[in-house]
Amino acid sequence: MIIRVFLIASIGAASWWLLQGRATGHRLAVTRVGALLVAAAAVVAVLVPSLVTDVANLVGVREGPNLLLYVLIVVFAFTSIVQAARLRDLDSRIARLTRAQALLEVEMGAKAESSVDG
Amino acid sequence: MDKTVVVVPMYNEGPVVAEVLAALRASFTRIVCVDDGSADDSAAVARSAGVLVLRHSVNLGQGAALQTGFDYVLRHTDATHAVTFDADGQYRVDDAVAMVEVAAATGVDIVLGSRNLGRTEGQPVARRILMRSALAFSRRSTGLELTDTHNGLRVLNRRALAAMCLRQRGMAHASEIESRIRSADLSWREHPITMTYTDYTRRKGQSNINALNVVFDLAAERIGATL
Repeated sequence: MIIRVFLIASIGAASWWLLQGRATGHRLAVTRVGALLVAAAAVVAVLVPSLVTDVANLVGVREGPNLLLYVLIVVFAFTSIVQAARLRDLDSRIARLTRAQALLEVEMGAKAESSVDG
Repeated sequence: MDKTVVVVPMYNEGPVVAEVLAALRASFTRIVCVDDGSADDSAAVARSAGVLVLRHSVNLGQGAALQTGFDYVLRHTDATHAVTFDADGQYRVDDAVAMVEVAAATGVDIVLGSRNLGRTEGQPVARRILMRSALAFSRRSTGLELTDTHNGLRVLNRRALAAMCLRQRGMAHASEIESRIRSADLSWREHPITMTYTDYTRRKGQSNINALNVVFDLAAERIGATL
Protein backbone atom coordinates (compact mmCIF):
# COMPACT_ATOMS: atom_id res chain seq x y z
CA MET A 1 0.00 0.00 0.00
CA ILE A 2 2.69 2.43 1.05
CA ILE A 3 4.58 1.68 -2.17
CA ARG A 4 1.59 2.79 -4.26
CA VAL A 5 1.42 6.09 -2.44
CA PHE A 6 5.18 6.47 -2.81
CA LEU A 7 5.29 5.66 -6.54
CA ILE A 8 2.30 7.82 -7.45
CA ALA A 9 3.63 10.68 -5.35
CA SER A 10 7.06 10.42 -6.98
CA ILE A 11 5.51 10.46 -10.47
CA GLY A 12 3.51 13.51 -9.41
CA ALA A 13 6.60 15.19 -8.01
CA ALA A 14 8.58 14.44 -11.17
CA SER A 15 5.83 15.90 -13.38
CA TRP A 16 5.62 19.01 -11.22
CA TRP A 17 9.39 19.32 -11.43
CA LEU A 18 9.27 19.09 -15.24
CA LEU A 19 6.62 21.79 -15.48
CA GLN A 20 8.76 24.26 -13.54
CA GLY A 21 10.20 25.78 -16.72
CA ARG A 22 13.77 26.14 -17.81
CA ALA A 23 16.66 24.73 -15.81
CA THR A 24 18.05 27.11 -13.23
CA GLY A 25 21.00 26.89 -10.87
CA HIS A 26 18.61 25.98 -8.08
CA ARG A 27 17.15 23.05 -10.00
CA LEU A 28 20.59 21.83 -10.97
CA ALA A 29 21.73 21.91 -7.32
CA VAL A 30 18.66 19.97 -6.15
CA THR A 31 19.19 17.38 -8.91
CA ARG A 32 22.82 16.95 -7.85
CA VAL A 33 21.93 16.56 -4.19
CA GLY A 34 19.35 13.97 -5.24
CA ALA A 35 22.00 12.09 -7.23
CA LEU A 36 24.35 12.13 -4.19
CA LEU A 37 21.59 10.73 -1.98
CA VAL A 38 20.94 7.93 -4.49
CA ALA A 39 24.68 7.15 -4.57
CA ALA A 40 24.81 7.04 -0.77
CA ALA A 41 21.78 4.75 -0.68
CA ALA A 42 23.46 2.49 -3.25
CA VAL A 43 26.60 2.19 -1.05
CA VAL A 44 24.47 1.36 1.98
CA ALA A 45 22.54 -1.24 -0.06
CA VAL A 46 25.79 -2.88 -1.13
CA LEU A 47 27.14 -3.01 2.43
CA VAL A 48 23.89 -4.21 3.99
CA PRO A 49 21.84 -6.00 1.28
CA SER A 50 19.20 -7.14 3.74
CA LEU A 51 18.33 -3.51 4.37
CA VAL A 52 16.79 -3.23 0.89
CA THR A 53 14.42 -6.10 1.66
CA ASP A 54 13.61 -4.57 5.04
CA VAL A 55 12.73 -1.25 3.42
CA ALA A 56 10.73 -3.09 0.74
CA ASN A 57 8.73 -4.94 3.39
CA LEU A 58 8.22 -1.69 5.24
CA VAL A 59 6.51 -0.06 2.25
CA GLY A 60 4.54 -3.17 1.30
CA VAL A 61 6.73 -4.76 -1.41
CA ARG A 62 7.59 -8.44 -0.97
CA GLU A 63 11.13 -8.51 -2.40
CA GLY A 64 13.92 -5.95 -2.25
CA PRO A 65 14.75 -6.24 -5.98
CA ASN A 66 11.12 -5.48 -6.85
CA LEU A 67 11.37 -2.21 -4.98
CA LEU A 68 14.57 -1.38 -6.85
CA LEU A 69 12.82 -2.09 -10.14
CA TYR A 70 9.89 0.19 -9.33
CA VAL A 71 12.12 3.04 -8.26
CA LEU A 72 14.36 2.59 -11.29
CA ILE A 73 11.39 2.78 -13.67
CA VAL A 74 10.30 6.09 -12.20
CA VAL A 75 13.84 7.49 -12.27
CA PHE A 76 14.40 6.25 -15.84
CA ALA A 77 11.21 7.82 -17.18
CA PHE A 78 11.97 11.10 -15.44
CA THR A 79 15.57 11.15 -16.71
CA SER A 80 14.51 10.32 -20.28
CA ILE A 81 12.06 13.19 -20.42
CA VAL A 82 14.58 15.63 -18.96
CA GLN A 83 17.22 14.51 -21.46
CA ALA A 84 14.78 14.77 -24.39
CA ALA A 85 13.92 18.33 -23.36
CA ARG A 86 17.61 19.22 -23.07
CA LEU A 87 18.34 17.72 -26.46
CA ARG A 88 15.59 19.74 -28.07
CA ASP A 89 16.93 22.86 -26.45
CA LEU A 90 20.42 22.06 -27.69
CA ASP A 91 19.08 21.38 -31.20
CA SER A 92 17.46 24.78 -31.38
CA ARG A 93 20.66 26.43 -30.13
CA ILE A 94 22.68 24.74 -32.88
CA ALA A 95 20.12 25.87 -35.44
CA ARG A 96 20.31 29.48 -34.25
CA LEU A 97 24.10 29.38 -34.18
CA THR A 98 24.37 27.90 -37.68
CA ARG A 99 21.86 30.42 -39.01
CA ALA A 100 23.77 33.32 -37.47
CA GLN A 101 26.98 32.04 -39.01
CA ALA A 102 25.41 31.68 -42.46
CA LEU A 103 24.04 35.23 -42.34
CA LEU A 104 27.34 36.59 -41.02
CA GLU A 105 29.27 34.97 -43.86
CA VAL A 106 27.06 36.73 -46.38
CA GLU A 107 27.46 40.06 -44.61
CA MET A 108 31.24 39.67 -44.57
CA GLY A 109 31.19 38.70 -48.24
CA ALA A 110 29.12 41.78 -49.11
CA LYS A 111 31.49 44.02 -47.17
CA ALA A 112 34.56 42.53 -48.84
CA GLU A 113 32.95 43.06 -52.24
CA SER A 114 32.02 46.69 -51.60
CA SER A 115 35.53 47.45 -50.33
CA VAL A 116 36.97 45.97 -53.50
CA ASP A 117 34.58 48.06 -55.59
CA GLY A 118 35.41 51.21 -53.62
CA MET B 1 9.40 40.62 -59.77
CA ASP B 2 12.24 42.89 -58.63
CA LYS B 3 10.65 43.15 -55.21
CA THR B 4 10.57 39.39 -54.78
CA VAL B 5 13.27 37.09 -53.41
CA VAL B 6 13.12 33.39 -54.22
CA VAL B 7 14.33 31.23 -51.32
CA VAL B 8 15.60 27.84 -52.48
CA PRO B 9 16.52 25.40 -49.69
CA MET B 10 18.84 22.72 -51.00
CA TYR B 11 20.58 19.65 -49.69
CA ASN B 12 22.71 17.53 -52.02
CA GLU B 13 20.86 18.63 -55.15
CA GLY B 14 23.97 18.96 -57.32
CA PRO B 15 22.62 17.06 -60.36
CA VAL B 16 19.53 19.25 -60.85
CA VAL B 17 20.09 22.56 -59.10
CA ALA B 18 21.78 24.30 -62.05
CA GLU B 19 18.78 23.62 -64.27
CA VAL B 20 16.28 24.73 -61.62
CA LEU B 21 18.21 27.94 -60.93
CA ALA B 22 18.56 28.72 -64.64
CA ALA B 23 14.80 28.41 -65.03
CA LEU B 24 14.23 30.67 -62.01
CA ARG B 25 16.69 33.29 -63.27
CA ALA B 26 14.69 33.66 -66.46
CA SER B 27 11.87 35.19 -64.41
CA PHE B 28 13.37 36.34 -61.10
CA THR B 29 16.31 38.63 -60.51
CA ARG B 30 16.81 37.93 -56.82
CA ILE B 31 17.40 34.35 -55.75
CA VAL B 32 18.96 33.08 -52.54
CA CYS B 33 19.94 29.44 -52.09
CA VAL B 34 20.22 28.08 -48.58
CA ASP B 35 22.68 25.21 -48.76
CA ASP B 36 21.84 23.01 -45.80
CA GLY B 37 25.29 21.52 -45.27
CA SER B 38 25.39 19.62 -48.57
CA ALA B 39 28.19 17.11 -48.97
CA ASP B 40 28.20 17.47 -52.76
CA ASP B 41 28.97 20.45 -55.00
CA SER B 42 25.49 22.02 -54.72
CA ALA B 43 26.81 25.25 -53.22
CA ALA B 44 29.51 25.69 -55.89
CA VAL B 45 27.04 24.94 -58.67
CA ALA B 46 24.60 27.49 -57.27
CA ARG B 47 27.34 30.13 -56.95
CA SER B 48 28.44 29.61 -60.50
CA ALA B 49 24.81 30.01 -61.55
CA GLY B 50 25.17 33.53 -60.16
CA VAL B 51 22.86 33.30 -57.15
CA LEU B 52 23.58 34.21 -53.55
CA VAL B 53 24.31 31.15 -51.41
CA LEU B 54 23.81 31.03 -47.65
CA ARG B 55 25.60 28.06 -46.22
CA HIS B 56 24.73 26.05 -43.12
CA SER B 57 27.95 24.51 -41.86
CA VAL B 58 26.01 21.49 -40.58
CA ASN B 59 22.84 19.89 -41.90
CA LEU B 60 19.82 21.09 -39.96
CA GLY B 61 16.77 20.21 -42.05
CA GLN B 62 14.57 21.98 -44.56
CA GLY B 63 12.60 23.92 -41.95
CA ALA B 64 15.77 25.46 -40.56
CA ALA B 65 17.01 26.26 -44.07
CA LEU B 66 13.80 28.10 -44.91
CA GLN B 67 13.98 30.08 -41.67
CA THR B 68 17.54 31.14 -42.52
CA GLY B 69 16.27 32.34 -45.90
CA PHE B 70 13.38 34.19 -44.24
CA ASP B 71 15.74 35.89 -41.78
CA TYR B 72 17.95 36.96 -44.67
CA VAL B 73 15.03 38.43 -46.62
CA LEU B 74 13.75 40.33 -43.59
CA ARG B 75 17.10 41.67 -42.38
CA HIS B 76 19.10 42.21 -45.53
CA THR B 77 16.64 43.03 -48.28
CA ASP B 78 13.75 45.40 -48.93
CA ALA B 79 11.78 42.73 -50.78
CA THR B 80 8.01 42.78 -50.38
CA HIS B 81 7.59 39.07 -51.04
CA ALA B 82 9.50 35.83 -50.69
CA VAL B 83 8.85 32.68 -52.68
CA THR B 84 9.76 29.24 -51.31
CA PHE B 85 10.82 26.96 -54.12
CA ASP B 86 12.29 23.45 -53.81
CA ALA B 87 15.60 22.78 -55.52
CA ASP B 88 14.65 19.39 -56.93
CA GLY B 89 12.67 20.65 -59.91
CA GLN B 90 9.17 19.56 -58.87
CA TYR B 91 7.70 23.01 -59.39
CA ARG B 92 7.21 25.25 -62.38
CA VAL B 93 8.56 28.77 -62.43
CA ASP B 94 5.40 29.96 -64.24
CA ASP B 95 3.35 28.93 -61.21
CA ALA B 96 5.64 30.87 -58.88
CA VAL B 97 5.35 33.97 -61.06
CA ALA B 98 1.56 33.68 -61.14
CA MET B 99 1.45 33.29 -57.36
CA VAL B 100 3.57 36.41 -56.82
CA GLU B 101 1.21 38.33 -59.09
CA VAL B 102 -1.78 37.07 -57.12
CA ALA B 103 -0.10 38.02 -53.82
CA ALA B 104 0.73 41.51 -55.11
CA ALA B 105 -2.69 42.07 -56.64
CA THR B 106 -4.75 40.84 -53.69
CA GLY B 107 -2.46 41.93 -50.84
CA VAL B 108 -2.95 38.55 -49.19
CA ASP B 109 -0.27 37.61 -46.61
CA ILE B 110 0.48 34.13 -47.88
CA VAL B 111 -0.31 32.26 -51.08
CA LEU B 112 -0.03 28.47 -50.90
CA GLY B 113 0.45 26.30 -53.97
CA SER B 114 -2.11 23.53 -54.29
CA ARG B 115 -1.46 20.49 -56.44
CA ASN B 116 -5.05 19.39 -55.93
CA LEU B 117 -6.48 22.55 -57.47
CA GLY B 118 -3.94 22.12 -60.26
CA ARG B 119 -2.33 19.01 -61.67
CA THR B 120 0.05 16.39 -60.42
CA GLU B 121 2.07 14.33 -62.82
CA GLY B 122 3.57 10.95 -62.05
CA GLN B 123 2.62 10.81 -58.37
CA PRO B 124 2.86 7.27 -56.98
CA VAL B 125 -0.37 5.82 -55.58
CA ALA B 126 1.05 5.30 -52.08
CA ARG B 127 2.08 8.96 -51.98
CA ARG B 128 -1.38 10.03 -53.08
CA ILE B 129 -3.02 8.08 -50.26
CA LEU B 130 -0.52 9.45 -47.76
CA MET B 131 -1.03 13.04 -48.93
CA ARG B 132 -4.79 12.61 -48.62
CA SER B 133 -4.55 11.56 -44.97
CA ALA B 134 -1.97 14.29 -44.30
CA LEU B 135 -4.44 16.80 -45.73
CA ALA B 136 -7.23 15.54 -43.47
CA PHE B 137 -4.87 15.86 -40.51
CA SER B 138 -3.82 19.42 -41.47
CA ARG B 139 -7.39 20.59 -42.00
CA ARG B 140 -8.35 19.20 -38.65
CA SER B 141 -5.40 20.54 -36.68
CA THR B 142 -5.35 24.03 -38.22
CA GLY B 143 -9.05 24.54 -38.88
CA LEU B 144 -8.13 25.95 -42.32
CA GLU B 145 -10.08 24.78 -45.37
CA LEU B 146 -6.93 23.70 -47.20
CA THR B 147 -7.05 21.71 -50.43
CA ASP B 148 -3.39 20.65 -50.21
CA THR B 149 -0.76 20.37 -47.51
CA HIS B 150 3.02 20.19 -47.26
CA ASN B 151 3.34 21.89 -50.63
CA GLY B 152 6.72 23.60 -50.84
CA LEU B 153 5.67 26.34 -53.27
CA ARG B 154 4.50 29.42 -51.36
CA VAL B 155 4.58 33.20 -51.55
CA LEU B 156 4.85 35.16 -48.29
CA ASN B 157 4.82 38.90 -47.74
CA ARG B 158 6.91 40.54 -45.01
CA ARG B 159 4.14 40.27 -42.44
CA ALA B 160 3.91 36.52 -43.02
CA LEU B 161 7.71 36.15 -42.97
CA ALA B 162 7.91 37.92 -39.62
CA ALA B 163 5.23 35.64 -38.20
CA MET B 164 7.03 32.39 -39.09
CA CYS B 165 9.87 31.80 -36.58
CA LEU B 166 10.02 28.13 -37.57
CA ARG B 167 11.21 25.87 -34.80
CA GLN B 168 10.64 22.59 -36.61
CA ARG B 169 13.86 21.88 -38.40
CA GLY B 170 12.69 18.85 -40.35
CA MET B 171 9.72 18.38 -42.64
CA ALA B 172 7.20 19.19 -39.91
CA HIS B 173 7.88 22.87 -40.68
CA ALA B 174 5.18 22.67 -43.37
CA SER B 175 2.59 21.95 -40.69
CA GLU B 176 4.13 24.69 -38.58
CA ILE B 177 3.70 27.24 -41.38
CA GLU B 178 0.04 26.28 -41.66
CA SER B 179 -0.50 26.64 -37.93
CA ARG B 180 1.22 30.07 -37.96
CA ILE B 181 -1.40 31.22 -40.48
CA ARG B 182 -3.97 30.55 -37.78
CA SER B 183 -2.06 31.83 -34.76
CA ALA B 184 -0.79 35.03 -36.42
CA ASP B 185 -4.15 35.57 -38.13
CA LEU B 186 -2.58 35.81 -41.60
CA SER B 187 -4.79 36.17 -44.65
CA TRP B 188 -4.20 33.36 -47.10
CA ARG B 189 -5.35 31.81 -50.32
CA GLU B 190 -4.42 28.87 -52.47
CA HIS B 191 -3.32 28.85 -56.06
CA PRO B 192 -3.48 25.89 -58.46
CA ILE B 193 -0.05 24.61 -59.45
CA THR B 194 1.36 21.73 -61.44
CA MET B 195 3.71 19.33 -59.72
CA THR B 196 5.89 16.92 -61.60
CA TYR B 197 7.23 13.81 -59.95
CA THR B 198 10.27 12.71 -61.95
CA ASP B 199 12.52 9.74 -61.34
CA TYR B 200 14.89 12.11 -59.60
CA THR B 201 12.31 13.54 -57.21
CA ARG B 202 10.95 10.07 -56.48
CA ARG B 203 14.43 8.83 -55.66
CA LYS B 204 15.61 11.92 -53.84
CA GLY B 205 12.37 13.11 -52.24
CA GLN B 206 10.79 12.30 -48.92
CA SER B 207 10.13 8.66 -48.23
CA ASN B 208 6.59 7.96 -47.12
CA ILE B 209 7.75 6.58 -43.80
CA ASN B 210 9.06 10.06 -42.96
CA ALA B 211 5.41 11.02 -42.37
CA LEU B 212 5.73 9.17 -39.08
CA ASN B 213 8.58 11.49 -38.10
CA VAL B 214 6.47 14.51 -38.95
CA VAL B 215 3.61 13.30 -36.73
CA PHE B 216 6.06 12.50 -33.95
CA ASP B 217 7.78 15.91 -34.20
CA LEU B 218 4.45 17.69 -34.02
CA ALA B 219 3.37 15.66 -31.00
CA ALA B 220 6.69 16.34 -29.27
CA GLU B 221 6.24 20.04 -30.02
CA ARG B 222 2.87 20.06 -28.28
CA ILE B 223 4.24 18.28 -25.21
CA GLY B 224 7.40 20.39 -25.37
CA ALA B 225 5.38 23.57 -25.24
CA THR B 226 4.73 22.86 -21.58
CA LEU B 227 8.27 21.74 -20.69
